[in-house]
Amino acid sequence: MKRLTLALALGLAVAIALPALAQAREVTFNTELKNYGGDGAYVALYLTDGDGQYQGTLWIAGEKSKYYKHLRDWARGSGQRSSEYDGLTGASVGSGRSLTITLDLADALIDAGYEVRVDTAVEDMRDNRADVVVPLTTEGADKPVSGRGYVQSFRYTF
Amino acid sequence: MLRQLHSLPGLIAALFVIVLSVTGAILSLNPALERAGAVVPAAGQISVAELAGKVAEHYPGAEQIERTPSGTLIVYYTRDGQVGADRVDPRTGQAIAADEPSSFSRWVKNLHRSLLLDTPGRAVAGITALAMVVLAISGALLLTARLGGWRQQLRPVRGTVGQRLHIELGRVAILGLLLSGLTGSYLSATTFGLAPQGMAAEPEFPLEVSGGPPAAIDTLAALKATDLSDLRELVYPYPNDPTDMVSLGTDQGAGYIDQASGEWLTYQPHDATHKLYEFIYMLHTGEGLWWLGLILGLAALTVPVMAVTGTIIWWKRQRSKPKIAANSGPNAADSVILVGSESNTTWGFAKTLHDSLAREGHRVHTASMNQLASRYRGAQRLFILTATYGDGDAPASANRFLARLEKIKEVPELPVAVLGFGDRQFPQFCGFAKEVETALAAKGFTPLLPLDTIDRQSTQEFARWGHAVGKLLGSDLPLVHTPVRPRTTALALAERVDYGADVQAPTAVLRFKAPEGGGKTGLLSRLLGHTDLPHFEAGDLVGILPSDSHVPRFYSLASASKDGTLEICVRQHPGGLCSGFLHALPIGGTIEAFIQPNPDFRPAAGKAPIVLIGAGTGIGPLVGFIRHNRAHHPMHLYWGGRNPQSDFLYEPELATYLEDKRLTSLNAAFSRVSERAYVQDKIAVDGAELRRLIERGAQILVCGGRDMAASVMAALDEVMAPLGMDVAMLKAQGRYREDVY
Repeated sequence: MKRLTLALALGLAVAIALPALAQAREVTFNTELKNYGGDGAYVALYLTDGDGQYQGTLWIAGEKSKYYKHLRDWARGSGQRSSEYDGLTGASVGSGRSLTITLDLADALIDAGYEVRVDTAVEDMRDNRADVVVPLTTEGADKPVSGRGYVQSFRYTF
Repeated sequence: MLRQLHSLPGLIAALFVIVLSVTGAILSLNPALERAGAVVPAAGQISVAELAGKVAEHYPGAEQIERTPSGTLIVYYTRDGQVGADRVDPRTGQAIAADEPSSFSRWVKNLHRSLLLDTPGRAVAGITALAMVVLAISGALLLTARLGGWRQQLRPVRGTVGQRLHIELGRVAILGLLLSGLTGSYLSATTFGLAPQGMAAEPEFPLEVSGGPPAAIDTLAALKATDLSDLRELVYPYPNDPTDMVSLGTDQGAGYIDQASGEWLTYQPHDATHKLYEFIYMLHTGEGLWWLGLILGLAALTVPVMAVTGTIIWWKRQRSKPKIAANSGPNAADSVILVGSESNTTWGFAKTLHDSLAREGHRVHTASMNQLASRYRGAQRLFILTATYGDGDAPASANRFLARLEKIKEVPELPVAVLGFGDRQFPQFCGFAKEVETALAAKGFTPLLPLDTIDRQSTQEFARWGHAVGKLLGSDLPLVHTPVRPRTTALALAERVDYGADVQAPTAVLRFKAPEGGGKTGLLSRLLGHTDLPHFEAGDLVGILPSDSHVPRFYSLASASKDGTLEICVRQHPGGLCSGFLHALPIGGTIEAFIQPNPDFRPAAGKAPIVLIGAGTGIGPLVGFIRHNRAHHPMHLYWGGRNPQSDFLYEPELATYLEDKRLTSLNAAFSRVSERAYVQDKIAVDGAELRRLIERGAQILVCGGRDMAASVMAALDEVMAPLGMDVAMLKAQGRYREDVY
């Protein structure tokens, strides 16, 4: 389990969040993978706006940046700039395993039309852009959703 | 030094090298299998636009097309919210089958890359690849030294089965193994950031698109301009998202294409280093070069055999390394023995000399020739026992001797005797011993004895030399050398056929069997055709220890163990200890015997004709070869005896063999008849026929006395002169083999 404070460097969100930075909430993201039977999966968790425009990185599982381009939507949105993911990376996630991370997110990001997205990729297997797309809302908290790629189920809890 | 550089990494890395090579060989099949299952249209036939259009037709939810280096096309798609992947036909865009990567293959790949141990395993795999490079290079250098030069690389090798297997396989596989090792080391180095792998093109993500209505994907100009054979991957834009774009990767670079205009929005070529990286990756994996992959895979398969034979060779050499007991210090000794040995056999002789001198009360110092000291304070005599390596080179324990000798400033008053060990079949027989003798003389050493030589570890010649040394020292010096005390088997005489009594050459064909009841042959080994005899082939040697001697006498075998008897052909020499003993042996009488393999003296495999030449009892192994010639290869026998009435050895058998075509022609010459002729005369008469056979690649096997062998060689040199060839050339090609005594 990772515990981090997300210093929100998210364009629009920053403006909203800054005055009330103290008002942050602890959010736990749990991503459970299927038994897809391959090598460790690279997983990107990131925020987009309602139109799918990239806003900021939550977590990258997978340590070799040369493979990050396979996390397609995330790579496209973030431009794979290391400043986008510095300090937000960890080991890749094995088949059938789950990834749990806990971050402090500004209140302003919740119920504000943002979406959490998950991209996944596995060596010699397909890349899944937008494996999971789920709005970041109070209502959606604690409700598992299934992914369409390697993700078995994904949920976030406040 | 070179040998250590070969055996140390070999021993340490043996297990890892085996794992990597076996997994590598398995993986090498993948590119070929994939290629066999893929439909690959010729370059220039299908454009990426055409393909993308057809795929989109069959897969409305197509997300991505990937083309593997072998040409397989995989389409990733979403259908009813589920993701899938299919291999598709490039001509139609239709599915061939679902793409399901094999988990076995993946497991093997991980074992190959990282021994299933992730980063530490990757490091071990990388070091193993490097060890492979060191082994290949040091192996090539050792082989070069052994065979006497780069030009002699293809010369046949001699030695035990293990040694020959090791060398022959190594010779065949070395280039493949070197390539696998080098490319593997590089790939590993890039993994750890120790070598550059360049950058795959990372085109800028376009900030703006033209925004026009998306055109059909098969009309986009940039895709039309790209041939299918250059495609790596294509990512379709999101449906109904005019701000999205087509992402395209090719062999040359990558970029984004506008959905509406069909033009490149951004494009970046791969850099040169990355192209090199990909090329090396291809060489290593065979992905995109399936035939190379198969070759490398085959080469890799030799590695387990070489690892095992290499370890056995090392172990045998270690075991035969002599332990010199009671070795005096260099300055305390009155007799100094220096040894030049490659495979340790010479050490065995040195130990015999050492022990014998010590028994006579001498203080003896024995060391390798490389340990030559500038002075031996108490020494009164120096013995140098040295083998020769390859074409007149120094053996391992003497390779720095000449340099050290050169550095000695004050030459001691030390009489020296040089004894060379070698094999007369090599052109540079005892070449290094001669060089050492010359160098010592030039340096001013006085000779104790003139240079003497020992052919093929002959214990008799060694005993004779010991006698000469003993005379000088004024004491008897019995040098009874038994190479490695052989484990003997008891054999009982079962049958004998006598010849030659009337021509003063009493000769007997003796057939031995394992004594009754002495065997522990179980049903299984009986079923497998095992006999109680040790394993041997016709042409091998049997060492027989006569009842009151420790020195074995060697006879060439006329049968193989699978015949169920051990057959030799022995002429009784006046006063001959062993031949007398054998001739006096009654039926049922037993001998103590052991087998000494002589794998070089065999007919070569293949259909080339075989010319067998011998005189007297030399016919023994030759008859063995003919008897086993069940494939009916052309075999021509030239043999010399005294009188057809008396000593025509194997006459009835040879007649049978001629009849059933195991023997093609029989040319016998007799020296005690009115038209007296020797075997070499027959050869001269048959010159034209022999030339024809030699031109057809004939192999010549000669067995008999040394004088006969020399005459035969001279006669053959003359026969071959019109072809511009001689016996030395045939020897170099492994087509002329002798068993001479």
